[in-house]
Amino acid sequence: MAVPPFQRFLDEHGPAVHGFLVASVGRNEADDCFQETFLAALRAYPRLQHAGNLRSWALTIAHRKAIDAHRARGRRPLPTDAMPERPAESKDGEPALWKLVDGLPEKQRAAVRARFVEDLTYGDIGRRLGCTEHAARRSVHEGMKKLRMAWT
Amino acid sequence: MDVKQRELIRRLAERAEAEGLLDVAYATVDSPLGLLLVAATPKGIVRLGFPTEDHDDVLDQLAQRVSPRIIEAPAKLDEARRELDEYFEGRRTRFDVKLDWVLTGKGFRHDVLRNTARIAYGRTSTYMEMATRAGNRNAYRAAGNALGSNPIPVIVPCHRVLATGGGLGGYGGGLPVKERLLRLEGALTN
Repeated sequence: MAVPPFQRFLDEHGPAVHGFLVASVGRNEADDCFQETFLAALRAYPRLQHAGNLRSWALTIAHRKAIDAHRARGRRPLPTDAMPERPAESKDGEPALWKLVDGLPEKQRAAVRARFVEDLTYGDIGRRLGCTEHAARRSVHEGMKKLRMAWT
Repeated sequence: MDVKQRELIRRLAERAEAEGLLDVAYATVDSPLGLLLVAATPKGIVRLGFPTEDHDDVLDQLAQRVSPRIIEAPAKLDEARRELDEYFEGRRTRFDVKLDWVLTGKGFRHDVLRNTARIAYGRTSTYMEMATRAGNRNAYRAAGNALGSNPIPVIVPCHRVLATGGGLGGYGGGLPVKERLLRLEGALTN
């Protein structure tokens, strides 16, 4: 299956990527990360061999760009035993989105916040939540899936 | 797609172009015939899609035959849009936008279409004449097929080529459109 015209890829997955980035880096930086994500995608696009699961490909790139943004602003979090009351983004970010995060099941909420607010590794999240790294990854994945469905 | 999304894509298209990553820009252009899809490479206009064509199919073909790096970037088609507007208002008798002939291939078909681009406004030719000019006067059917597959109709005026016996011949956008364009140009008065 050939890759679709890039514009269609943008139309179909742009909103999910943007929602993911708002959750990851906050509204202020989401737009810049969005540009970086889709420019990187555009660079690699003609070399893609097949069009299977373009959304997860886009989200993987977005994830890397979000990490770059976290690093760039020197906000790599220190390990902590206490969950923050509110994520920093809740004030200058997207209140409606964080409301959705609050509505997630307990474990998914904690995992998503640990991943995208504190930038913890899945191993660290697992240790905090008392589960395996795999289960932590699963919780983040399921949480993000719900958020994307609710957000787009 | 909301306003914000559009703005994000507009900025993306600008940066993509600056980095040489925008292989095909396209826009939908309102016309008396309906919505036209106009697509351009950095070389020039590469495709004009009629309202009767499925624009998604047109974009799929462009992705396969030119490049999948296709972004809707109306600003890149401003000049083409202006010339088309003027043409349909009867204020323009020739197009000055640059063309990209990549979809016409090489050989006979390419020659027929290049010659078609030189038929003046208000004038007409015939399939046989176009075949002859492309070097094979017996290939008038092939000339007709070449014209029927014209990737840039209106701008490359295949509507100016008629059947040898005086009939309208065929037209990819439908005969009423061919007739309408010829009347607009004053080539058909009865």
